[in-house]
Amino acid sequence: MLVLAGIAVIAGGFLLRFNPLLVIIVSAAVTGLAAGLDPVRILGTFGHAFNETRYVTAIYMVLPVIGLLERRGLQTRARALVARLKGATAGRLLVGYLLFRQVTAALGLTSVGGPAQTVRPLVAPMAEAAAERQVGDAGEGERVKAMAAATDNVGLFFGEDIFIAIGSILLMKGVLEGYGIALEPFQLSVWAIPTAIVAFLIHGARLLWLDRRLGRAK
Amino acid sequence: MIGLDLVYGVAGAVFAIFAVSSVRDRRWANAAFHGLIALSFLAGNRLGDIANGVLVLALVGIAASGRMRRAEPAPPAEDRYGARVFAPALVIPATAVLGTLAFKAFPGWVDPKQATLVALTIGTLVALGLCAWLLRARLHEPIVAGRGLIDDIGWVAVMPQMLASLGAVFALAGVGEVVGRLIGAVIPAGSVFGAVAAYGIGMAVFTIVMGNAFAAFPVMAAAVGVPLLIRGAGGDPAIVAAVGMLAGFCGTLLTPMAANFNLLPAALLDLKDRYGVIRAQVPTALPLLAFNIALLYLMIA
Repeated sequence: MLVLAGIAVIAGGFLLRFNPLLVIIVSAAVTGLAAGLDPVRILGTFGHAFNETRYVTAIYMVLPVIGLLERRGLQTRARALVARLKGATAGRLLVGYLLFRQVTAALGLTSVGGPAQTVRPLVAPMAEAAAERQVGDAGEGERVKAMAAATDNVGLFFGEDIFIAIGSILLMKGVLEGYGIALEPFQLSVWAIPTAIVAFLIHGARLLWLDRRLGRAK
Repeated sequence: MIGLDLVYGVAGAVFAIFAVSSVRDRRWANAAFHGLIALSFLAGNRLGDIANGVLVLALVGIAASGRMRRAEPAPPAEDRYGARVFAPALVIPATAVLGTLAFKAFPGWVDPKQATLVALTIGTLVALGLCAWLLRARLHEPIVAGRGLIDDIGWVAVMPQMLASLGAVFALAGVGEVVGRLIGAVIPAGSVFGAVAAYGIGMAVFTIVMGNAFAAFPVMAAAVGVPLLIRGAGGDPAIVAAVGMLAGFCGTLLTPMAANFNLLPAALLDLKDRYGVIRAQVPTALPLLAFNIALLYLMIA
């Protein structure tokens, strides 16, 4: 039971607004000590895992390119492109991006989009430009940008599990093998399809609803 | 064979350049933070576990000191290159797609497990080349601009990696078994719906706490999925596992612990509300969680 103290540290630390990195490291220390591990072993376990998961942080290598393109007018150009498209609304644009993100993720191409790669430089400014045209001013920018980032996440999460070689599929296969249950990745990925379709319907409907609200705000 | 060495080499070089550039502007805390990340990328395998742990402690110390500064506001964009600016922006995803397919079709050169990351790295290098050629970028420009972005992201940049490492400590300490016993004790005996709901909601809640459905799945599989749903109620293991994981993903949409998905875009998009992206996701995540539980129940009962 004592090892659950680490979970309490996480929840409490977040509520009290301590620095999250500090909360995480304290939680690791509390959990390890509660389990009777010696401090050096806890530090070594944490350090080893940190080294093994560096690929998570590698994506920031795109920032120099994205930053440079923004200073060369990428966001301005993206807005101008949308301004010329007839019938482009923030909601319809994001429905299109949702479909693109789900289909590419289902093909295993999860790194094609993302907050740094596509949302900040392209998708958010395009959606914002369309929304400004719908409303007539920039008052809804915050909501539209947040929705662009949300659309990227929904598309990724409920597309990627259709691909057979994604991490989560391999994790499920590995865990079930531990119980003597042998499964092919394909069997798991097929069962990601119903939820993917419903995710598209729910989030897509919300995006079209966003268009209606933007229209009314005019 | 080309693999993570190339990816980490390029990522390490980028962070090392950020560090040097920060030193020149006397932004010491940012310089130390980026320098340590560069060290981790370039020499992590040679440091050993304890030294890597100390490196993490140093990163946390810098972040918690509150001395890391955000970027100075960028000068207004110069918009005289027209549609040419799209070329490097599109070359990154295009190379990621084509490279992944090509590396899988012609194995031998590139580690197939890392095909997308390697392709993304190559795409980034090609895009930098295009920036120099089409947009007449000089060397310092992408460095300054990129540093502006990473300084706005700040310490959130390493939070996902930290959470993954916390998961390793949790696994070693046996947190999963304890949570599993607790949840198992709450479910009314013989109730399939109770077990399905506890499994789905448990996946979402544990994901909210840990920020990652990968950490929740082994716990909930051990507690409910395998003993009650697969062995007890005779559910198809593929459905129990796949739909359970997707219920966990609904939790990922709801939690600030999933920093790279929920806090990072809020920082990148300059949202006033740190939790703006999570708020935008709640009305999608909750009905979808309900759907997953209902689907699982219909397929088992």
